[in-house]
Amino acid sequence: MYSFDIQRPTSIADAVAALSTDEALPLGGGQTLIPTLKQRLSAPSVLVSLGAIAEIKGVCTGDDGALCIGGGTTHATVAKEAASSYPALAALAGNIGDPAVRNRGTIGGSLANNDPSACYPAAALASGATIVTNTRSIAADDYFQGMFATALNEGEIITEVRFPVPEKAAYMKFEQPASRFALVGVFVAKYADGVRVAVTGASEDGVFRWTEAEAALSSNFSADAVPAAPSGDGMISDLHGSGAYRAHLIAVMTKRAVAAAG
Amino acid sequence: MPKDHGIGASQKRREDVRFLTGAGNYTDDINVHGQAYVHFLRSDLAHGKINNIDTSAAEGMPGVVRIFTGKDFEGVGGLPCGWQVTDKHGEPMKEPAHPVLAQGKVRHVGDPIAAVVADSLEQARTAAEAIVLDIDELPAVVDMAKALEAGSTKVHDDLADNLCYDWQFGTDTETTDAAFKNAAHVTTLELVNNRLVANPMEPRVAVGDYSRANDEHTLYTTSQNPHVIRLLMGAFVLGIPEHKLRVVAPDVGGGFGTKIFHYAEEAFCTFAAKACNRPVKWTSTRSEAFMSDAHGRDHVTKIELALDKDNNFIGVRTDTLANMGAYLSTFSSSVPTWLHGTLMAGNYKTPAVQVNVKAVFTNTVPVDAYRGAGRPEATFQLERVIDKAARELGVDPMQLRRQNFITSFPYETPVAVAYDTGDYHATMDKMEELMDIPGFAARRAESEKNGKLRGLGINCFIEACGIAPSNLVGQLGARAGLYDAATVRVNATGSISVMVGAHSHGQGHETVFPQVVAEMLGIDESMVDIVHGDTSKIPFGMGTYGSRSLAVCGSAMVRATEKIINKAKKIAGHLLEASDSDIELKDGQFTVAGTDKSVAWGDVTLAAYVPHNYPLEDIEPGLEETAFYDPANFTYPAGAYACEVEVDPDTGKVTIEKFVSADDFGNVVNPMIVEGQVHGGIAQGIGQALLENCAYDENGQLLSASYMDYAMPRADDIPHMASYVVDHSCQTPCTHNPLGVKGCGEAGAIGSPPTVVNAVIDALHSGGHTHVNHIDMPVSPSRVWAAINGQ
Ligand SMILES: Cc1cc2nc3c(=O)[nH]c(=O)nc-3n(C[C@H](O)[C@H](O)[C@H](O)COP(=O)(O)OP(=O)(O)OC[C@H]3O[C@@H](n4cnc5c(N)ncnc54)[C@H](O)[C@@H]3O)c2cc1C
Repeated sequence: MYSFDIQRPTSIADAVAALSTDEALPLGGGQTLIPTLKQRLSAPSVLVSLGAIAEIKGVCTGDDGALCIGGGTTHATVAKEAASSYPALAALAGNIGDPAVRNRGTIGGSLANNDPSACYPAAALASGATIVTNTRSIAADDYFQGMFATALNEGEIITEVRFPVPEKAAYMKFEQPASRFALVGVFVAKYADGVRVAVTGASEDGVFRWTEAEAALSSNFSADAVPAAPSGDGMISDLHGSGAYRAHLIAVMTKRAVAAAG
Repeated sequence: MPKDHGIGASQKRREDVRFLTGAGNYTDDINVHGQAYVHFLRSDLAHGKINNIDTSAAEGMPGVVRIFTGKDFEGVGGLPCGWQVTDKHGEPMKEPAHPVLAQGKVRHVGDPIAAVVADSLEQARTAAEAIVLDIDELPAVVDMAKALEAGSTKVHDDLADNLCYDWQFGTDTETTDAAFKNAAHVTTLELVNNRLVANPMEPRVAVGDYSRANDEHTLYTTSQNPHVIRLLMGAFVLGIPEHKLRVVAPDVGGGFGTKIFHYAEEAFCTFAAKACNRPVKWTSTRSEAFMSDAHGRDHVTKIELALDKDNNFIGVRTDTLANMGAYLSTFSSSVPTWLHGTLMAGNYKTPAVQVNVKAVFTNTVPVDAYRGAGRPEATFQLERVIDKAARELGVDPMQLRRQNFITSFPYETPVAVAYDTGDYHATMDKMEELMDIPGFAARRAESEKNGKLRGLGINCFIEACGIAPSNLVGQLGARAGLYDAATVRVNATGSISVMVGAHSHGQGHETVFPQVVAEMLGIDESMVDIVHGDTSKIPFGMGTYGSRSLAVCGSAMVRATEKIINKAKKIAGHLLEASDSDIELKDGQFTVAGTDKSVAWGDVTLAAYVPHNYPLEDIEPGLEETAFYDPANFTYPAGAYACEVEVDPDTGKVTIEKFVSADDFGNVVNPMIVEGQVHGGIAQGIGQALLENCAYDENGQLLSASYMDYAMPRADDIPHMASYVVDHSCQTPCTHNPLGVKGCGEAGAIGSPPTVVNAVIDALHSGGHTHVNHIDMPVSPSRVWAAINGQ
């Protein structure tokens, strides 16, 4: 680790001000950022911890019925507090990493990082969530821009994520054997106006919507309706599986998600 | 009634009190006043020619004490290899230099190029970034077959090629060929024994210290065998005589073989402590461990099994490429040869067994012993090919094995070892009983209802442990003896310290060894402690590996205790005014046979140190004895393992549903500890079979360089205790050591990988995927899926 200064603002405004310094970085739960710092792969001059900002923590239901999760809310809190309102999302959060990761890692950190194998991006995209920052609201469809790339500007903080709650939903994660991130994870969410299917772990472009499956499931929400696996082109190929294998798993996991959603 | 003390009692591990309460004293807990820290600048290229290392900018950075490169080690010895293998033409193996810091070339990712010693670790790291390297990248040699092709890039320019040795062993070619010519059936299998990273929980650490006042060196290190390190480093690398070099291996958090070897960082810290006149400390990061700890396994093998018309095994022939990595690690050369070839007869009376091994240099981390070392590789190929043969012949795999079992002992195999004792039918019977084989069909049907394929895999194995008879291994090329030593020091009031050459890094010696001594003397175990891990305190013993601690060092301890008893009887005889031949020792009391005249243990020990009334004209005062024990033979633990797996044909994921091991370890001193050893070994075997894969790309970059990509087994990869039975009730005691023990540390890791793979293949065949005859380990979901789909 290189040395850096740390600040612990207690309001969004102070955090934004602190982040205006050159080479400042927000620190969420540190579950991704701290290992990066330890390996000296990142050298911020200032870390602005978001951990003391009460207004970006917690889970509640908005006036429009959407589930609102503060950007600084830990996975463990989501697992507990969203359990009755959005069980599929709570189950997803409750299966990220291990207890230490869940008690530190935050939804804002996960979405800002947009790891191509992370779980939350699938939930946000399949739910048509809105990512709220200190300056604007961004639709999930516009937010994810490829592996580790998002619509966030430098110094912009995720303050809240709003999830429209579906009628039915489930997340199926096939774990990569070593990291236990998603080798392929599929989030299926059924709304009154149609079904959304988001896939993480598989594509070289990061999380994406499997539109063929969405169309098929929107007219017939059953596992049998899930189309044949997409092509393996453009899918990640690595030590843990070829692109063709990942493509195959997309269909398998989608079927299982639909079956689990009921 | 199970015993509650002494030999046979499941005593709780006394060392766990400190381990579980954070009170252990590991090498990284040792901080010497004034110590500096070293950071190694390691190669990120697999192969390159060093043109220049410019340290000038780095020298002036804050906190820098001194920067070392290969030049500083010119004139210093290289890291030695402790075993010389002679090839089939009678030529010695190729032994390229293994410098402490790279000289001329870098040969694997992680090869240390420079070492920065600084006041703090962060300063050392920062300065290392300012070192300017001028290195020409060379093509990397990674694949063993390609490395042996004519014209391949050479890992070592001063050698003719990348071949370390071409070894042949066992039955001669003419006899072996004849067996295959006469065969009614030949089964052939090509397979890979996957490269592993040992991953002990505690990464390696070294702290070098030097005293100018008396020219004494001390090395604190994470080692399984401090005396071996003292000998190798002192005599071969740094030229420090033993009496000026102390090596301390305190609590060590797991070794699994990878902490046997003498490493560059140990020599560096010892050397630099003197050069800088300051203690120097190195603590490996987990990332460094992946690229600097010796790896394990990495064999590519073709095995052929010849059977006659009655399905008797008549010949086994193997052809193996064994990866040595870029340099010869301490015992690397012995693993694919003497620890592997000698086990190729397995549990079977096959008359002709021929083993061929080519050891190959590649631009990868050196490969050496890892739990089981050579014996898992032997067992895996033999038990896989037997399983394949059974399937080809349509016979029951258990019956095929039973029919070929060795049943009379001692048995001389065609591969140079003589099994002293065993009962392979007994362990197979036990395994069958515990596994409930008749219930398998119903369990399979139940799995199939849930869309899963269920398979049953079985396996038999034998290992050569209790390493090793020195005269035998000397003939085979070992450059060290493999006896062990113990000193039993009885204190004045009767408490005992036993100084042992064995080193406990998870095995539980601190609990088990006192059980033996206490039983022999009839005193309470709490009166006995063992001392290990410090060359200034213990006799010159060879440490712990090869399931040898109790069989070899324990035997030395028994011998020393017998000497104690003999002398104590003389003292007791004097005190009781009787002949020492009439003295009996029972329950801590010396009694004159047939009388009620007796004297207590503590009275005798006190007399030895306060010899006011003592036969000084006949015996010396004091009560301390040392014994060195060199085993007459290896020990041969053996067993039968079985497991049931479920395969999800849609994803390829394999789960282990049931696992049974029936082991014959001879006598068992602490059943609970034995079971723990087997549990751990099987967990590692399951790791190898299903999860662990140390992979390089064709450029020699390590793909599985962290836990993000290297899959270690976790609790939920192992079957639940209720369906996980480890049994050691079949006991044929070792015939040649005083305790009749055989060793249990490696069995689990040897017996389990073929069991798991056999079960997976069985499951796939039951689902109609009969084209799948083999899947290389790790049998990961993607590989199973690819095999099913012919990809
Ligand atoms: C062992 C382990 C296992 C894991 N397993 C999984 C898994 O199975 N599935 C999964 O999805 N994830 C997994 N993770 C990742 C985990 O979910 C992380 O917590 C998450 O990716 C990052 O969240 P964080 O709060 O820790 O962010 P940090 O590490 O603090 O930050 C990550 C990045 O986001 C930025 N950032 C943080 N908060 C905000 C914010 N509110 N607004 C804008 N930018 C912000 C930081 O500047 C940094 O660039 C695992 C992590 C570990 C260590």
